[in-house]
Amino acid sequence: MGESKKTVREPLFRIVKRDGISMTAKVIIRVVAVLLALIADALFIYFVTGLNPLDVYKVMFQGTFSTSMRFMWAMRDLASLLLIGIALAPAFKMRFWNVGAEGQVLMGALATAAVMVYYGGKVPNALLYIAMLVASLFAGALWGFIPGWFRARFSTNETLFTLMMNYVAIQIVACCVNIWRGQASGLGKLNMKTKAGWFPQIMGHRFMINLIVVLVLVFAMYAYLRYSKHGYEIAVVGESENTARYAGINVGKVIIRTMIISGALCGLTGFLIVGGRDQTISTNTAGGDGFTAIIVAWLAKFNTFYMALISFLLIFLSKGAAEIASAYNLNDFASDIIAGMILFFILGSEFFINYRIHRKHSSKEVR
Amino acid sequence: MQNAIELRHITKTFGRVVANHDVSLDVRRGEILSVLGENGSGKTTLMNMIAGIYYPDSGEIYVNGQLAEIRSPKDAYALGIGMVHQHFKLIDVFTACENIALVLDKREKYDLKAIRKKAQAICEKYAFDIDLDQKVYEMSVSQKQTLEIIKMLYRGAEILILDEPTAVLTPQETEKLFAVMRNMRADGKSILIITHKLHEVLSISDRVAILRKGEYAGTVETQGATEAMLTELMVGKKVELNIERPEPINPHLRLSVHNLSVTNAEGVRVLDQLSFEVFSGEILGIAGISGNGQKELLEAIAGLQATEPHSSVVYYPDDDRDSTAEQLIGKNPKAIRDMGVHLSFVPEDRLGMGLVGSMDMVDNMMLKSYGAGHSPIADRKAPRHLAEEIREELAVVTPSIHTPVSRLSGGNVQKVLVGREIAASPSVLMTAYAVRGLDINTSYTIYHLLNEQKKRGVAIIYVGEDLDVLIDLCDRILVLCGGRNNGIVDGRKTTKEEVGLLMTRLQNKGGVA
Repeated sequence: MGESKKTVREPLFRIVKRDGISMTAKVIIRVVAVLLALIADALFIYFVTGLNPLDVYKVMFQGTFSTSMRFMWAMRDLASLLLIGIALAPAFKMRFWNVGAEGQVLMGALATAAVMVYYGGKVPNALLYIAMLVASLFAGALWGFIPGWFRARFSTNETLFTLMMNYVAIQIVACCVNIWRGQASGLGKLNMKTKAGWFPQIMGHRFMINLIVVLVLVFAMYAYLRYSKHGYEIAVVGESENTARYAGINVGKVIIRTMIISGALCGLTGFLIVGGRDQTISTNTAGGDGFTAIIVAWLAKFNTFYMALISFLLIFLSKGAAEIASAYNLNDFASDIIAGMILFFILGSEFFINYRIHRKHSSKEVR
Repeated sequence: MQNAIELRHITKTFGRVVANHDVSLDVRRGEILSVLGENGSGKTTLMNMIAGIYYPDSGEIYVNGQLAEIRSPKDAYALGIGMVHQHFKLIDVFTACENIALVLDKREKYDLKAIRKKAQAICEKYAFDIDLDQKVYEMSVSQKQTLEIIKMLYRGAEILILDEPTAVLTPQETEKLFAVMRNMRADGKSILIITHKLHEVLSISDRVAILRKGEYAGTVETQGATEAMLTELMVGKKVELNIERPEPINPHLRLSVHNLSVTNAEGVRVLDQLSFEVFSGEILGIAGISGNGQKELLEAIAGLQATEPHSSVVYYPDDDRDSTAEQLIGKNPKAIRDMGVHLSFVPEDRLGMGLVGSMDMVDNMMLKSYGAGHSPIADRKAPRHLAEEIREELAVVTPSIHTPVSRLSGGNVQKVLVGREIAASPSVLMTAYAVRGLDINTSYTIYHLLNEQKKRGVAIIYVGEDLDVLIDLCDRILVLCGGRNNGIVDGRKTTKEEVGLLMTRLQNKGGVA
C-alpha cells in the first residue's frame, strides 16, 4: 500500500438518528433548551434594550400568572386555540391540508349569532342553546364538507380550496354584522338586555363551559384517532390512498366524513367563542387562531395531550410578550423577538431528541 | 496488481443494529465482483460507505492503494467511484443529456453540445443503447438505468457500484446490461454488483464476495462455484434448492375469467379479451414481459381495476358449477369480502398498496379485517396475536412488532405481507412478483408457503419473472403477451425456450393452447 503517510480527517461531526431515547434524557434536553433560551434572551435584552433580563422575565411570567384573573383569561384563550387544534387533527392525520379552520370557526360563530339575534328572548333559553349548538355544528360542517366533497369527487387541491373558503366566510360575516348593527357604529354585545344565549356563569366565568368542553374533547379526540375504526381508516387513507382502496376502504367517504367532523368541531368552537367568551361576532372572532392552530396540531403530531401543552406555551409566550411591551413601553417587535427566541429553542430541541451528534474522534495516524 | 478498493475492518451501526461488522474485502482492477448476501446482511450499507452516502464508524477504505476519506458522494466521484442506486436519481422532465449535465463539476462549462458529444462517445465505446435526447419520463426502467450508468462514466467513474440492477429488468434487458458490463470490464473498470439471482452471479462475475449477517464470510472465484455452494456460504448452512411441486389433489374450477378487457388512463388496451380458468389446488403461473397486463389482471380480479363491458370473473366456492357462483366484476374489495369470497392478494407494490409503511405489524395485520363487528372501537388484540405468530413462524427480523414496517428490510416486509394474506385462509391467493428482491433463503420460504396453501386446496395465481422458478413451481403457466392470452403450457412439460418464445411473439390466434 505504498508508504503514503497521511492523517485522516474524519468529518467534524456526524448526525445519527436515535432509535429511542429515555424519558429522563428527553426532559433534560428540554430543560437545557429552556435554560439556553433564557440565556440567549438575556443577552438580547441586556445588549439591545438595556433592561435587566431578570426583571423582564418576571414581567413576562406575570402576563399569565400575576393574578388568578390573568390566569383564567389565558385559559380562556387557550381553550379556543386548543379546540381548533383538536378539530384540525383528524383532517391533518388524513393528510388533508385543512387551512380553512378560520372560516369554519367564523361560520359556526355566525350561525350561533344568527340564532341569538333572531330567536333570542322568543324561545325558552334551553331550546335556544340547543338551536345555537346545532346551527354552529351544521354551519362548520358545511364549510368542511364543501372542500371535502370536491376533493373526493374531483381531486381538487384542498389547501387552496379551504383557504379561499376563509375569505368567503369573512365576507359573509362582515355583511351580516353590517345588517345587524343597523345605524349603530358597532355591533356591541348581542342581546345585551335579555342576555339570551349567553352562557351561564360557572365559578364567576361564562367561559368555564368552554374549558370543560375542551377538556372532554382532548380525551375524546385522542381516543377517536387512536382506538376507533374511523381513526384507523383516517390513518390508512393519510398514508396511501392505494392501500386504502386495496383494504376496501371507501376513500371518498372517509375524506368527506372526516372533513365534516373537522368542520363541525371548528363550528363548535365558534359557538363557544360567541356564547362563552365574546357574546358578539366580528370578522375577528377567530382572531387568527385558525392558522395558529395548524402549528399546534403539527407540532404535537396530532396527539391532543401534546397539543394542550403547546397551546399553553404559545398562549403563555404571547401574553408574556404583550405584558413586556406594555410594562416597558417597548415596541411589539422587541417583545415578540424575546418570546420567539424561547419558542425557537424549544422547537429546536426536538432535533436533539431525534438525532444524536457524533463528535469526531481524535485524528489518528495511519500507516 | 494493485487493488482498486480495499476495505479494512469496516464497522457501521445504526442505533443498536450492527449493519456491518469488521468487514475487510478487496476489489481488483478490471473485475466484476458480485456482492452476495441475504436480505439485511449489510450489502447496501457497505456499498453506500464506498459511495460516500454513509461514513463508517470505524475501519479504513483504500482506493488505488491510497487511504481514502469518502465523506460525501462528491468525494467518491473525485476518487472515480460511482454508484447506481435501486431508486434512480433522475429528473423526469429533463432529457438524458440534461440529466448528464447535472453531474458536471461547478467549474465546468455548461455546454450541452459538448456534453452530448462526449456522452455519445461513451455510448459508442461501451455499446449503450440509448437516445440522448429522450426525456426521462418517456424512458423504460432499463433505459433509465442505462442513463444512470452513463452519468457515472461521464463523471469519470473507474469503479462502478450497481445495487440490484437486474431486479427491475426482463431477462433480455439483463443480457444487454451484462454485455455492456463486460465491455466496461475489458476497458479496465471495476464493477461491484449486488444481486440475489445466483445464476446471474455465476454468469457475470469473476469473483463473489459474501456477507452473512453483516460480517464478511469470504470471497470465492466464480469459476468452479455452484449455486448450492454459494447459498451455503451465504446462509451458513445447507439449503435444499429443489422446489417441490405436489400434484394437485381433486382440482375443481375455482375462478373463471372470461373476455376480460381493461383500458388504462392513457386509452391503451392493457388487457384484451383475456379468458382462462383457475382450479383449486393448483398454482397457475403468469409469465410475460413486465408491463404486459399482469398488474391490471390481478387488480381486476381483486376489484381494484375498472374493466370494459362484457368482462367477467366468476368465482365458484365449490365444485357445484352454477348455483353458488359469484360474479366478481363490478365489485370493490369490500363487497367481494362481504360475499364471503376469501381472496388474498399480495400486490407488487408492497409498501404502496399491500401495507402501510408508517404503521407497525399489528396495525398492518388488521388492514383488511379492522371493520369486523359492530363496535366502533377497532380490536387490536387478535391482530397482535397474529403479528406475534407471523413473526415467530416466518422468522421476521424486527426489533418489535411495534416497529413501523417501513423500517424492516425488503424480505421481512414481504414476509409480513404474505403472512397476513395467508393467515386470512384464502380460497384464491394471487401473488405478484412475490420473491422480487428477496434472497434465496427467503424465496424458498415463500415457495414453501405457497405449496402449503396449494395442498390446502387454494387456487394460486403466481405472477413471476424468473422463468426457471415458474417452470419448477407452477402446474400450468399462462403466458401474457400484449395483454392477451398467448397460450397456456404445462409446467411439467414445457421448456424455458417455449415460454420465452410465447412471451415475445404473439400467436396469430391468441386462444387457448
